[in-house]
Amino acid sequence: MAERKVAWKARKDNTLIGQDIPRLDGVDKASGSAKYAADINTAGTLYARLLTFKGGAAVIKALDVAAAEKTPGVRAVHVFNGVDKEVRWDGTIVAAVAADTPEQAEDGVRAIKVTYEAKPHFVDEEDLPGAAKAKRTKPLGDNQKGDVAAALKAAKHVHKGYYGVATISHMCLEPHGSHCEWEGKDKLNVHLSTQNVSGTGGQFAGPLGLDASNVSITCNYIGGGFGSKFAADQWGVVCAQLAKKAGKPVRLMLDRATELKIGGTRPSGFAEVTIAADADGNITVWDSHHWGTSGIAGSTIALSQTPYCFDGIPNRNRKATGISTNCGPNRAWRAPPHPQLCAITDTVVDDLAAKMGADSYDIFMKNLDKTPKPDVYAEEMKIGAKLIDWKAKWHAHGKGGKGPVKRGLGMAIHRWGGRAGATTCTVKIHPDGAVETFLGSQDLGTGTRTVIAITLAETFGLGVRDVKVNIGNNSYPKANPSGGSITVGGVSGPLRRAGLEALWKIYDLVAAKYKVKADSLSAKGGKILSAGKTVCSWKQACGLLGPMPLEVQGQGPKNDGLTSQGVAGVQMADVSVDTETGIVRINKLVAVQDCGLIIDELTARSQVSGGLIMGIAYALSEERIMDNRTGRFINADLENYKLPRIGDIGELVVEMYQPDSEYERGVVGLGEPPVISTGAAISNAVANATGVRVPVLPLTPQRVVEALKGGQA
Amino acid sequence: MRPFEYARPQSEGEALDLLNDHDANTAILAGGTDLISLLQEDLQVPQRVVDIKNVDSMQAITADGTGVIVGALTTLEDIAEHPMLADYRSLLDVVDGTRSIQVQSMGTLGGDLCHLPNCWYFRNGYGLLGLEDGESLVASGDNRYHAVLGNQGPAKFVSASRFAPALIAWGAEVRVIGPEPTADEWLPLEQFFVTPKVQSQGISVLEPGQMISHVRLPDAQALVSSTYEVLQLEGLDWPLASAAATLDLDGGVVREARIVMGHVAPTPWTAHEAGQSLVGLPVDEETAGRAGEIAVAEATPLSGNAYKVQLARTAVKRALLGAVDKLEGAL
Repeated sequence: MAERKVAWKARKDNTLIGQDIPRLDGVDKASGSAKYAADINTAGTLYARLLTFKGGAAVIKALDVAAAEKTPGVRAVHVFNGVDKEVRWDGTIVAAVAADTPEQAEDGVRAIKVTYEAKPHFVDEEDLPGAAKAKRTKPLGDNQKGDVAAALKAAKHVHKGYYGVATISHMCLEPHGSHCEWEGKDKLNVHLSTQNVSGTGGQFAGPLGLDASNVSITCNYIGGGFGSKFAADQWGVVCAQLAKKAGKPVRLMLDRATELKIGGTRPSGFAEVTIAADADGNITVWDSHHWGTSGIAGSTIALSQTPYCFDGIPNRNRKATGISTNCGPNRAWRAPPHPQLCAITDTVVDDLAAKMGADSYDIFMKNLDKTPKPDVYAEEMKIGAKLIDWKAKWHAHGKGGKGPVKRGLGMAIHRWGGRAGATTCTVKIHPDGAVETFLGSQDLGTGTRTVIAITLAETFGLGVRDVKVNIGNNSYPKANPSGGSITVGGVSGPLRRAGLEALWKIYDLVAAKYKVKADSLSAKGGKILSAGKTVCSWKQACGLLGPMPLEVQGQGPKNDGLTSQGVAGVQMADVSVDTETGIVRINKLVAVQDCGLIIDELTARSQVSGGLIMGIAYALSEERIMDNRTGRFINADLENYKLPRIGDIGELVVEMYQPDSEYERGVVGLGEPPVISTGAAISNAVANATGVRVPVLPLTPQRVVEALKGGQA
Repeated sequence: MRPFEYARPQSEGEALDLLNDHDANTAILAGGTDLISLLQEDLQVPQRVVDIKNVDSMQAITADGTGVIVGALTTLEDIAEHPMLADYRSLLDVVDGTRSIQVQSMGTLGGDLCHLPNCWYFRNGYGLLGLEDGESLVASGDNRYHAVLGNQGPAKFVSASRFAPALIAWGAEVRVIGPEPTADEWLPLEQFFVTPKVQSQGISVLEPGQMISHVRLPDAQALVSSTYEVLQLEGLDWPLASAAATLDLDGGVVREARIVMGHVAPTPWTAHEAGQSLVGLPVDEETAGRAGEIAVAEATPLSGNAYKVQLARTAVKRALLGAVDKLEGAL
C-alpha cells in the first residue's frame, strides 16, 4: 500500500476549501440567540457596578464602604484599592458593588465615600521636552548599522520630517467581563469574554485558592477581543469573589467609559526621521528617534522593527525613548506594533518619493529588495495598482485638482507572521456517521467555528453542517489563545491530521468489508468511492466501526506542510480632502493580501474588510484624548471617541493573493495583517491630494487644517 | 440613574403643574436623546420626570396666515416630511445632517433648542462652566471643540442646538409657557439663549418650571435658505462648526441676508455685519467668502481651537452659496 501522507488535498480536488462559505453561526448572532458572557443571566444573577478614580494621579486617604454595604439591594462590596493605595491613571477601579438591580448597584457605588490626595500627573504623550522636564522619559535603546554620516553625504536625495500616531484604546463591542457562579464551595463556573478559553482557568484558581480543575471557563461567543482579552483580569477574579460573598451569581462587565480607559491601549509613537536615497531612488539611509507612551510603564513602539519592512536599508541609526504617563496600560492591539511602525515608515518613504519628484509606487517598487518578500510585494502591488487604477489616477503630490476638494492616491506595505499555534483536538466519529470535534479554542468572530467545520467536512467528504463543532470550554483539549493570527493554522492542522487518521481507519474497514484497495478510496459527497465508483455511503462506512465511536487526537503545529508562516500585503487608498474644512473621505481602499492556503475565502475577505475599517478609524478619527489639565481621558464616550460609521468607509476592494504557490504553502494566519498599512496608505493619499504631510494620525479636520496652514511638505 | 417620579400629562397646563412641584426640581422628557444621558451621568437629578409626549397641542404644525407654528414636540422626521416646512430648506439641511435615524425619529425641535452643551468638562461632572477651584478647565485644558466667539467670560462651551442657527436666520419666535399654568410669552428665538456668567443661569431664559411649547416661523415667501454643518463623520456626529443663512433676493441681488453660526459660541452667533456686507450684491464665491471673513473677524480662539475659525468661515461661505444653489465641490 502506498504510504499515507498528511497533506491537504490537491487544490482542484477541494469542494469546500477555498470557497465562499457563510459562517455557521451567522444566523445565531444576527438573531440574538448566540449568548455572550454579557448575556448570561442565570437565576438570581446580581449586577455589578464599579467606582473608578476620575483624575490623573492620587493617593487614597480615606475610604468608607459601610453605607454602600447597607444600601438596599446591595449584596457584596469589594475594595480594589484601599487607604494609602496610589491610583495612577484615570479609570482605575477603586471598588465594586454587586446588587439585585443595576440601579441598586449604582446607589451602592454612590454611597461609597472616598477621599483622594492629588498627586502630580503627566499625560502628554507627544511632548518629549515636557516629559524630560517632568523626569518621565527613559531610554529604550539605540543602535547603528553601516555609516549614516558618510551615506548622507553621498546621498542625492535627503528628507527630514516629523511623524506620529496617537494612542488608541481597545473598543470591543462587548466590554471585558464575566459571569461567575459557584457550584458548592469549591467549584466555579465562569462565562468569560475571552480570547483564551484554555488558558484562563488557572488565573481564577490561583488567587481564589481553588484547584484549577475546579474552574470551568466557557466562551461560546465573544464580542471582539483584538488582543485585549487574554487574561482573567483582576475584575474577573473580583467578580468571582463578589459571587462567593453574596452567595449568588454575579455578572461584572466594564462600563463603556471604564472599558475605554483600562481595557487596554495601543501605544503611541512619534518620530523625527531622516531618510536618504541615491540618484536612482535606492534608499541608503534611515535615521530615526521615536518616542511615545504605553502608560505608566513608559514604553513605546518597538525599536527592533524600525524602519518597518525595509530591513535592508544599509545605513541605519535608530533610537527610542519611552514616556511614562498617567494613562491606562497598553495591551496587544491587532498586529502590535506594526500599524504604528508602518504609519511612520511608509509615510517617510512616500515623502522621500515626493521630494524626488517620483511616483511613490515606483520608489516602493524599487526598494522592495530591502524587504523580506520582494516578489510577493511586487505581484501584489501590480494587482493593487490595477484595481485602483494607479497609473491613470496618480499625480504629483499637491496636484489633486482645482477647487477646495483635492483627490489623491497613496499606498503602503506590511508583513506579519501568522504561524500555527499549539492546539490539540479530539475528532469523534460515531457509528451512525455523526462527526464532532472538541477543542478548547474560541471564535473571536473571525470564523474559527466555520473553518473547523470546513476542515473536517472537506476531509470526510461531508457538508459543513454535518460537523458538530464543540469549542469555547476549557474542559476540551487545549487550544492556543487566539492572538497573533495563529488560530486558523492552530486549529486546521490538528484537525486535518486527526481527520486523516480517522479516515484512514475507516478506509481500512471499508477495504476489508468491500474487498477494495484502501489506497483506491476517497470520500466525497457523503460517500466512499473507489476509483470514482461508489463503494458505500459514509454512514455505512461508519457503521463498520462497531458499537463504539472512533476518537482520534490531533496535534500541532508540525512540520508536515499543513501550515506555514509569513505574509506580505499591500494596500492602496483613494481619498478626497476638503482643504477648507480638513475633512477626509475615503473613496476607495484596495487591499491585496496573501495568507497561504485559504480555507474559507468569504471569512478571509471579511477579515480583511474588518481590518480596513479599523484602519480607517485610527487613520481618520479614532484617538484617546488625555486632558493635560485634569489628567483625564476626556473623550471616553462614544460621542467623542470617534469611530467610523457606514458612510465613512467608502468602497472596499479586497483581493486575496492566491496563486498555487500560496496554496502549496499551507495555512497561514490572517487576523492581524489587514489592519497594518491602512493608516499609512490613507496618510499618503492625503499628502498626494494636498501636497502637504499631515504628520500625526488620526488625520482629524484640526490636524489637516493646521498642516495646510503650516504648508509643511 | 437615580429613582424619580414619572408623570405623563395630557395638556400644557397639566404639564406645567407637574413641572412646578418639588420646587421645580423636575425634568422634561420629550425625545429623551439628551435627558437620558444626563440622568445616567447624574448631571441632572430631578425628583420628577415629566414626559410631555402626550401633550397634543405641542405636536401640530399649523399655518396662521403669516407663518407656520411648529409644536415643540415635532420630530426631526416630521420636519423633513411636512409640506408646510418644505420651503424652509435650512431646517431640512439640519435634519439631513443629523443622519441618525434614531435621533431623527425621536428627537424633537424643542429638545434640540434645550439641548445642553456637549462640552466634555460639563459632561464629565465639572459643571456647565467647567470650573475647578474657580478656574476654567476649558481655558487651561483641551478646548479643541470649544468656543471661538463670545468666549471671553466664564462660559466657553458651544451651544449644542443644531436648529437654532437656521431658525434665528429665519427670524423665528419661540413661545415660552409657565411657570404659572396660564403664563405664556412669545419672544424672538435670538433672545432665548443666554451666555451664563454663573452656572445657575443655564443656557437660556427658561426659568425652572418653564418650557418651550411652540416655534413660529414667518412666511417663507420667496426667501431662500441653507445650513452648512462641518461634520467630521458621516454618521451621528456633532458639527465642528455650522452656519445658516436666509436670503431675501431681488433679481439675484441680496436685499437682506441673515447669517447665524452654530457651535462656535455659547449661544447661536448672529453675524450681522457679514449679512450687511452682502446687501446690494449677488451671492458668489467672492462675496460669500468675504462674508465668511467678516463673520469670524472678531474671533478669539482659545489655546487649541484656532482651526475652528477656518471651519466657521467656510461654513458661512458655504451656507450662503448653498442658499443660492451655487455650492460646488464640498465634501
